[in-house]
Amino acid sequence: MTASTTNPPLPTKRRNRVARTRLAADSGFVVIVSLVMAFLYTPILILVIYSFNDNRTLTWPLSGFTTSWYEKLFSNDQLLTAIGNSFYVASCSTVLTLLVGVPAALALHRFKFPGKTVFRRLLLLPIALPGIVTGISMLNMFKMFGFNLSLETVIIGHATALLAVVVTQVFARLQRLPKSLSEASSDLGAGPLQTFIYVTLPNIRTALIGAGLLSFVLSFDEIPVTFFLTGRDNTLPMYIYSTMRRGVTPEINAVGTLIVLTSLVLIAVSVIFTVRDKTGRE
Amino acid sequence: MAHSRIARHSSKLVLGIPILWIVLFMLVPYGVLLTYSFWLKKYPLFVPAFQFGNYWTLMTDPQYIKVLLRTLKISALVSIASLLLAYPFAYYLVFRLKNPTVRLVLFMAVIAPLWVSYLLRAYVWKTILGTEGILNSFLMSIRLIDEPSGIFLYNQFAMVLTLTYIFIPFMVMPIYTALEKIPRSFSEASADLGMGPIQTFLKVTLPLSLPGVVAGFTMTFCLSFGDFIAPFLVGGPDGQLVANVMASQFGAALNWPLGSALAVVMLFIVLSIISLSDWFEQTGKVEL
Repeated sequence: MTASTTNPPLPTKRRNRVARTRLAADSGFVVIVSLVMAFLYTPILILVIYSFNDNRTLTWPLSGFTTSWYEKLFSNDQLLTAIGNSFYVASCSTVLTLLVGVPAALALHRFKFPGKTVFRRLLLLPIALPGIVTGISMLNMFKMFGFNLSLETVIIGHATALLAVVVTQVFARLQRLPKSLSEASSDLGAGPLQTFIYVTLPNIRTALIGAGLLSFVLSFDEIPVTFFLTGRDNTLPMYIYSTMRRGVTPEINAVGTLIVLTSLVLIAVSVIFTVRDKTGRE
Repeated sequence: MAHSRIARHSSKLVLGIPILWIVLFMLVPYGVLLTYSFWLKKYPLFVPAFQFGNYWTLMTDPQYIKVLLRTLKISALVSIASLLLAYPFAYYLVFRLKNPTVRLVLFMAVIAPLWVSYLLRAYVWKTILGTEGILNSFLMSIRLIDEPSGIFLYNQFAMVLTLTYIFIPFMVMPIYTALEKIPRSFSEASADLGMGPIQTFLKVTLPLSLPGVVAGFTMTFCLSFGDFIAPFLVGGPDGQLVANVMASQFGAALNWPLGSALAVVMLFIVLSIISLSDWFEQTGKVEL
């Protein structure tokens, strides 16, 4: 845009044509953007709407408003147990991913060592590796060494699958920190540990919160790894999955709506943290 | 000095913890997976052996080849569909949209569904496309069709649609990042040199954004390649993908060695795709 003002004036005819093609292109883009948005959000809207519809089958037109599907949820003991299990699994695996992921990101950021490329590759592999491979290989290992499957094996599986999420987020933040910060700290006589606790940690705090939240949500939703590693206990997605095998019901929509709502709250929290972090820096 | 000893140990821990984790929970399981893939199925379970029978079955039995080819086709279609939607979307956000707040909101709006349960995002398409589903009853209520049609659900179209819906954020993110990195001065310079907008796009913007496209393609391809939930929910009888066959070997079919061999094949394919895309990124790298 700024370039055209420095150009010699174009003949009016040509300028009109340029303006017209620009307008056409822009409206084309707006159509695509609206399409993508409709594609992404209509299904979620449908999920929510049908959780309040007072008909067992999910059909158009809507028949009436009800909250009975929600009332049913809160008296469903299996479901409540599954939610409890999911909270336990997601909390533990989030703590584990942070305990392993933050040192891994630090090592990638700060150290040079033989095999670093392999180290990085392996750490990041689970991002593109389908969960089923992680699930099956761990199932094989637990079987071979005679471990019983339980929620704890699920936790280890989740932590492994989600490690890459924490590493990428924390590593990206570390890269953006000015080197002078840790240099100043060691000039002032602080050891590496002190520098980490008093200088690095406060600066990557928001990245840790963001990565922790994301890994919590992803673990809470996880199914491919859980499918293979869980014993008799069900997590929430596994419970929903087993209900789905029997068919489509508005109860699933009600649970789904609650999950969407929770996700929205968590997204808002993480956005607030990122925005505050940016304004704090300026 | 106790202090320096802690410092020395802490730097060992920083490297030691993740390496220990990788060895224990990635390398050992992959090793066991590989070991099992050579074992023999024998009633009631399986016995240790070293033979390539499982791989031979996978390579010669037309049933498995068919499923593998179908999976490759579906993943390719999903990646192409995501690319066709994601690229113009990201391009508009980065180059055409003037308002930074709207840009941020739209970008967040594409990422946000990743936070919403993956299972539910697959399930909701089942409720929409089903024979007694929302789309059918809607079309009947506006009298476009007289009786429910089964053409929407349980076919490959439904699968591509659902997987595109689930994985499209993974396409938008890297393309957006790649486009954002391109300095504005480049397209201005190109315009000053007399190039039209289309030429500028083809010769400047598109080549510079290719690493993002490759990264997005890799992600969506690999993730749909290994999915078994969406095929289960919307795929129907001839909609089984490799991961469904794999999962059934650990369930009803109870042939862990064959399932492990299949997992090794999938691991190999995914690793090849990642290496290929890494290589592409390295050779195509332009310093900005």
